[in-house]
Amino acid sequence: MGGLQSEARAGRRRSWILRHSAIVRVTHWINFLCLAVLLMSGLQIFNAHSALYWGQASDFPHPLLAMDARPDQQGALRGVTTVLGHDFDTTGVLGLSYVLGFGERERGFPAWATLPGMQWLAMGRRWHFFFAWIFIINGLVYLTSGLASGHFRRDLLPTGEQLRHIGGAIWDHLRLRFPKGEEARRYNVLQKLAYLAVVFLILPAIALAGMTMSPNLDSIAPQLVILFGGRQSARTIHFLLAAALVTFFLVHVLMVLLSGVWNNMRSMTSGWYRIEHTEDVDDRTA
Amino acid sequence: MTERLDRRGFGLRLTAGLASLLLSGCGDEVSERPWVRHLLDKAEDMNYWLQRQLLPHHALAREYDEADLSPQFRANGSTDPEDEDYRRLAANDFADWRLEVAGLVERPQRFSLADLRTLPSRTQITRHDCVEGWSCIGKWTGTPLAALLQRVGVRPEARFVMFHCADTISVDRYYESIGLGDAFHPQTILAYDMNGAPLSVAHGAPLRVRVERQLGYKMAKYVMAIELVESFSHIGRGHGGFWEDRGYEWYAGI
Repeated sequence: MGGLQSEARAGRRRSWILRHSAIVRVTHWINFLCLAVLLMSGLQIFNAHSALYWGQASDFPHPLLAMDARPDQQGALRGVTTVLGHDFDTTGVLGLSYVLGFGERERGFPAWATLPGMQWLAMGRRWHFFFAWIFIINGLVYLTSGLASGHFRRDLLPTGEQLRHIGGAIWDHLRLRFPKGEEARRYNVLQKLAYLAVVFLILPAIALAGMTMSPNLDSIAPQLVILFGGRQSARTIHFLLAAALVTFFLVHVLMVLLSGVWNNMRSMTSGWYRIEHTEDVDDRTA
Repeated sequence: MTERLDRRGFGLRLTAGLASLLLSGCGDEVSERPWVRHLLDKAEDMNYWLQRQLLPHHALAREYDEADLSPQFRANGSTDPEDEDYRRLAANDFADWRLEVAGLVERPQRFSLADLRTLPSRTQITRHDCVEGWSCIGKWTGTPLAALLQRVGVRPEARFVMFHCADTISVDRYYESIGLGDAFHPQTILAYDMNGAPLSVAHGAPLRVRVERQLGYKMAKYVMAIELVESFSHIGRGHGGFWEDRGYEWYAGI
């Protein structure tokens, strides 16, 4: 156990805290599974008409975003992604990509990103709507318990003092300096704001935007269509929020990796989080 | 220490388990397993059930203004049926076309286009939502299905209205079905005009169904016959419609 000895020599001590409650851990992983399936089946559904518009209806000549395959001057097909009128060659990934057993195919997102892999809208919808239910139920369990237990107020709401020092927190993050000792017992202010935005803004909004695409729900709750500025706008917002979640996920994973992958993974599975104390830090908790 | 290593092992196993579940999901074979489909179908049952609980039977789909009409209304599915019977009828501008209304009705009847135009009519500007994801707004004029059904008399054992169509896609004739609740909905019409002109062939001439709270594939084009049935399990592959037989939801509300 060389590691322990060297740590002892360096004068470090550690203590353990139960960082995440069982309900947070379980709902976190169920949520991760749901979002992964929802993302991939969502891209399958997107591929059925790989273009986005604003407003009630589709203005086919003027998409905000479109992915398709077009022949170039030599007659070879190229994948083209059009964003706000600007074309980008995205051959191999967007617009045109290789599908095992089928060769080069015109499709929005590539087979490795969609569920199912091949073009199969009916099955993509099945996956999407099934995991949408699990996502909603899981989310309600999380929200109810978070409110009832005071978890949101206690752990997610930034303190005034944290908010006042947000500049310093950003600077620390940019230098990849993460809180140690007592400060590591709670989420830092950037974590709190990111989690609050995902839990209370992005996830509810993406669910509502998804529901707005249902013609049946639109007749029950026409306010939804007004809220999102039309069914096609709702589809675009649903897509953009999914992109925001993917961005959050990438930063989240990066932070997990940089700030101690095993400590973080352990705390989100078994609950236990290790706090490193340096000598000059308060030793009451040792 | 061992305890800690166990925790790490658990974390690894959980991560690996989730990853393999996802990766295997990428392969299409998971989607092809019947039990997976049956399990996923439970969500569709839930959607149907919930929407039925929430939905007042006569909640109306939003109606739009002339200014909202789509300049280019996409035509999908069959746009120019090659079926010989249909070609013959179209060549004669559908003068010989008759809508046959049969099955579990008191007075089976045949209607010409002129007959339908003498029945009450309804005009509505609505949004057409395709299962592929796009939407177009169009103006539809036609006979409310309720008016037609009242004329022929629905027998008490009837539960579904089947629409039999003239167009063949690959090898199968197109057909669709809706429940009686939607059949008697005020916006459910048999449209013969679109945007103020007789329906074009691309959009389903001479007659197409409008069921405004559902997806485009429910709105059968080239309707030749309406049949009231107690069950559709003996029709087509038994799922109630051409696309339903190919895995799409019968209750196309999402």
